[in-house]
Amino acid sequence: MTIREIYNTHVKEEFPASQTVQALESVTSKRMTDILSEAPFSGSVTEQTTRIPVLTHGNGLHQENDRLKTKLSVTNKQRINGHRRSCSETPYGRSMQKKSEMDIQHDKKWESRFYESFEDPPIWTSILTYISFLILILVGHMREFLKKLGIGRVKNISEPNIPGFVTLYQTWESFYHWYIFRRGKDTLYRAINSVPGAEMDVMDRVTDDHYWTFRYTGTSTRVINFGSYNYLGFSQNTGPCAEAVEKSVNELGNAICASRQELGYLQIHKELDDLVADYLGVEAAITVPMGFATNSMNLPALVEKGCLILSDELNHASLILGCRLSGAQIKTFKHNCMEDLEEKLKEAIIDKQPRTHRKWKKILIVVEGIYSMEGSIVKLPDVIRLKKKYKAYVYLDEAHSIGAIGPHGKGVVDYFGMDPKDIDIMMGTFTKSFGAVGGYIGGSKRLINHLRLRSHSAIYSSTMAPSIVQQVISSMNIILGRDNSRDGIKRINQLKWNTRYFRRRLQEMGFIVYGNKDSPVVPMVTFSPAKVVYFSRYCLEHGIGVTVAAFPAVPLEKSRIRFCLSASHTKEMLDKVLEMTDKLGDTLSLKLSRKEPAEYGDSEDQDEEK
Amino acid sequence: MYDMFQALLQAPSYHLFFEALLIIWIFKLLFFSKAYAPESVLTEKEKEELIAEWQPEPLAPEIPDDHPVLMAMENNIITGKPGKYVTINGKSCVNMATLNFLGMAGNPSVEAEAIKTLKKYGVGSCGPRGFYGTMDVHLELEDKIAKFMNCEEAILYAFGFATIASAIPAYSKRGDVIFADEGVCFAIQKGLVASRSKIKWFKHNDMEDLERLLIEQAKEDKKNPKKAKVTRRFLVVEGLYINYGDLCPLPKLVELKWKYKVRLFLEESLSFGILGSNGKGVTEHYNISPDDIDLIAASLENAIGSTGGFCCGKKYIVDHQRLSGLGYCFSASLPPMLATAAIESLRLIDEKPGMLVELRENCEKIHSKLSDINGTVIVGEPISPVKHIRLAEPSTDRDFDVQTLQKIADLSRDNKVAVTLARYLEEEEHKLPLPSIRISVNNQLSDEEIDTVFTTLSEAFQKIITH
Repeated sequence: MTIREIYNTHVKEEFPASQTVQALESVTSKRMTDILSEAPFSGSVTEQTTRIPVLTHGNGLHQENDRLKTKLSVTNKQRINGHRRSCSETPYGRSMQKKSEMDIQHDKKWESRFYESFEDPPIWTSILTYISFLILILVGHMREFLKKLGIGRVKNISEPNIPGFVTLYQTWESFYHWYIFRRGKDTLYRAINSVPGAEMDVMDRVTDDHYWTFRYTGTSTRVINFGSYNYLGFSQNTGPCAEAVEKSVNELGNAICASRQELGYLQIHKELDDLVADYLGVEAAITVPMGFATNSMNLPALVEKGCLILSDELNHASLILGCRLSGAQIKTFKHNCMEDLEEKLKEAIIDKQPRTHRKWKKILIVVEGIYSMEGSIVKLPDVIRLKKKYKAYVYLDEAHSIGAIGPHGKGVVDYFGMDPKDIDIMMGTFTKSFGAVGGYIGGSKRLINHLRLRSHSAIYSSTMAPSIVQQVISSMNIILGRDNSRDGIKRINQLKWNTRYFRRRLQEMGFIVYGNKDSPVVPMVTFSPAKVVYFSRYCLEHGIGVTVAAFPAVPLEKSRIRFCLSASHTKEMLDKVLEMTDKLGDTLSLKLSRKEPAEYGDSEDQDEEK
Repeated sequence: MYDMFQALLQAPSYHLFFEALLIIWIFKLLFFSKAYAPESVLTEKEKEELIAEWQPEPLAPEIPDDHPVLMAMENNIITGKPGKYVTINGKSCVNMATLNFLGMAGNPSVEAEAIKTLKKYGVGSCGPRGFYGTMDVHLELEDKIAKFMNCEEAILYAFGFATIASAIPAYSKRGDVIFADEGVCFAIQKGLVASRSKIKWFKHNDMEDLERLLIEQAKEDKKNPKKAKVTRRFLVVEGLYINYGDLCPLPKLVELKWKYKVRLFLEESLSFGILGSNGKGVTEHYNISPDDIDLIAASLENAIGSTGGFCCGKKYIVDHQRLSGLGYCFSASLPPMLATAAIESLRLIDEKPGMLVELRENCEKIHSKLSDINGTVIVGEPISPVKHIRLAEPSTDRDFDVQTLQKIADLSRDNKVAVTLARYLEEEEHKLPLPSIRISVNNQLSDEEIDTVFTTLSEAFQKIITH
């Protein structure tokens, strides 16, 4: 699936967002209050209602809701069926369906605390965003035209014309780069020269030619780091991890220079493999020195021609590449939409392979734990239910979720309280929560033995450097509490508290915040590309480093700021950022949410504890 | 109009009736054709049955626990630093297996640099290059590599395999044509697959075969000049082939490149830091300007003794990967401590080119010695640090040969010389090389050690082959 296709589905399906759907959400979230009161992990109802923060635009809708409530609850399912928002926005709507007792009980357990939101902007915001892109494109074309007349020139490295050679680049690629991306280029690829911890030093750079090129001035600015994926704060240059790493460099050197099967597999690698398996609660695991390559080098060993891959439309590039390299047929389903997934599963089994009409050899569902651009969490219990029903296999990429969520920091499986053995392939990375680099695959012994023999990474790439292995081992042991301290669990709880506090405050202020209430990646949608760039620049000037995502990484009209929370952030840091965001939100009129903020049941309890 | 009406009245009634029928029939065809379509829709029950019937193949095949390769990994427990010597099961062996040609993995000054960086930056960079994962050491390393290779710019990847595998699809798309050597390594093969371009394989190092393909392509282009105008043509070769230990005929390749207007990509994972008087690779070895090559890619995991890889070349070419190289954009950056380790290794190579001379001498010595072992063939150039020892009379059964070689490797390991078989994914390689024991040479071997390696290996070969 190309970025353009992702974009198309988004634009096509998100645009006709009607207010009724939003009314529906309010209804369902109101119902939630009832369900929450039964749930064991939430506070009492009275507490929650007092905690419901001030609404910005929601009052009118509210009254309408009451009127609609009785009527809608019956037709709810039919109306929102087939609409993308129904899939991502109203997970609780499902409980209205007729189901067996057991199903309801099972669903309640996780659905009652599962909150995700993807609010659409008011229509004029979308229109303005499109217009702003249109202006950028027009200006670009004007400059191209002037360039042809010999007025002005592209200052960057344009491709020299070597006679006889076909040009290397297509026009649109360069056009986007020169006239659109270039204007916000300074918000990306910022260099730092310190630990990417709670704070970091961003190297100052200036541009003399309107962002064509940059020049480092040699100084740097200390900023609060909301850009690095340092979820549990293990990116440290002191402390037990760093000490252990130093020791390992002295003992084992800095590199191996051989692959796993060619005498590059050390005792320490075996130790790591075993520890990862233990951490995940699976039989065995294999580790790879690069997270991206874990996907792209191992997927081809699992499925081949004649197999079907059902891949979430927002899956990471590495998964897409891995799927493509495998040679299997790839179909995508709507983001986190279980109805669509079920439909596609059914269809696939019934229709069999195209042309040959043979039965599929295997069907592999590929999902991620946390989607880093949307902040959403996979509906794992449903995925597992479907997988069992249709005998498919599940590949779960926990790149962002491992360590970051779940009461024990063991990812989405832990978060939903599922059995890790229900997931066939557990993949994740060490880059984020463990402050190292690399990835793993966990699963049954049979699967891992197969990968040890057949994975591209086992044969054609050198094994992980000992220093990196040691960092993972040390941080993992801390999370597991094997260092006889409560450091690990403290970090996990701190991150959870930070996440909920930060998300709740942003929603209270009226920002449109995407994703699950427990996701430590917090995408805040600003829509207009100019606003996102301004936001990022302003933050940097005032001591905060955030990341931005714009087209083509996300749909054209949904540029966003991403805050990546960390256990190492203190409340003061969060407050400082919130204050600035609040101020900027007024300046840029970003407070567009017309929705009731989510319930944050247990975050308050921890607040008091703190 | 009146005439028409008159004509209608005068027409016989059967005619009118017939026309009316025709019109109704057309209407039916237009609007109700679906109703006449044969019923092929399955009932719900049939669907459920189909779903219940379907049984998938197991996710992974059953592998016996005593599979030889698994056993080799499980039973050969390596502890301590894998430098010139490697400790396997508590026994110290001469290390002829790992691609640590210059001893950079285990070099004290490289380690010291790594630790210094660790104390400043920690271990991970916690993000891709775009999102605060760029550190000053990455910029410095890119700069150093570009200077070292006399190129305009270099781009750093976090993983050797991903370097060329990402670089090829960044340029070559569907509809483009790539000419590739049959002997290229697996990473290149995957890059070629990912690009979805049309691949034209030429025989390993056979320039006549390549030229034949190029002429063929030129003829095709002449036939369809419109298509030829947008079809990019690439030529992908390895500098020093890891699967064969031989060099690519670069001067001829460059000549063909200019003659037939193809862009030349050169993979130098094995030759970077080894060949040429200053370790700049095949270009220096053949005394060819790097400007003649469109893109040079190499891994930092061999001679440099770190992790990662890089591409270098003209700025307008390399810069493109910063937005289009998948492995660059979507992956966490190289840990800073490994980046500074690479910087230090580069500095050492630059400062002491003498070690390259030592290495070359060792390579030649070992090559001439190993050529004396009966019943074997040495594949590769004398100056190549990687040598493949193949059986002179291979049997028709590949598995049997692999087992024989494995026995030889085991025996020589027991006699304190660690060697490994060159492993391949046999089903997936484009052209599977014959089984071999892969020897890698390093510059620190003394003459006595080379003698030990020779005697141990030749004894092992004699013992196993004659049995």
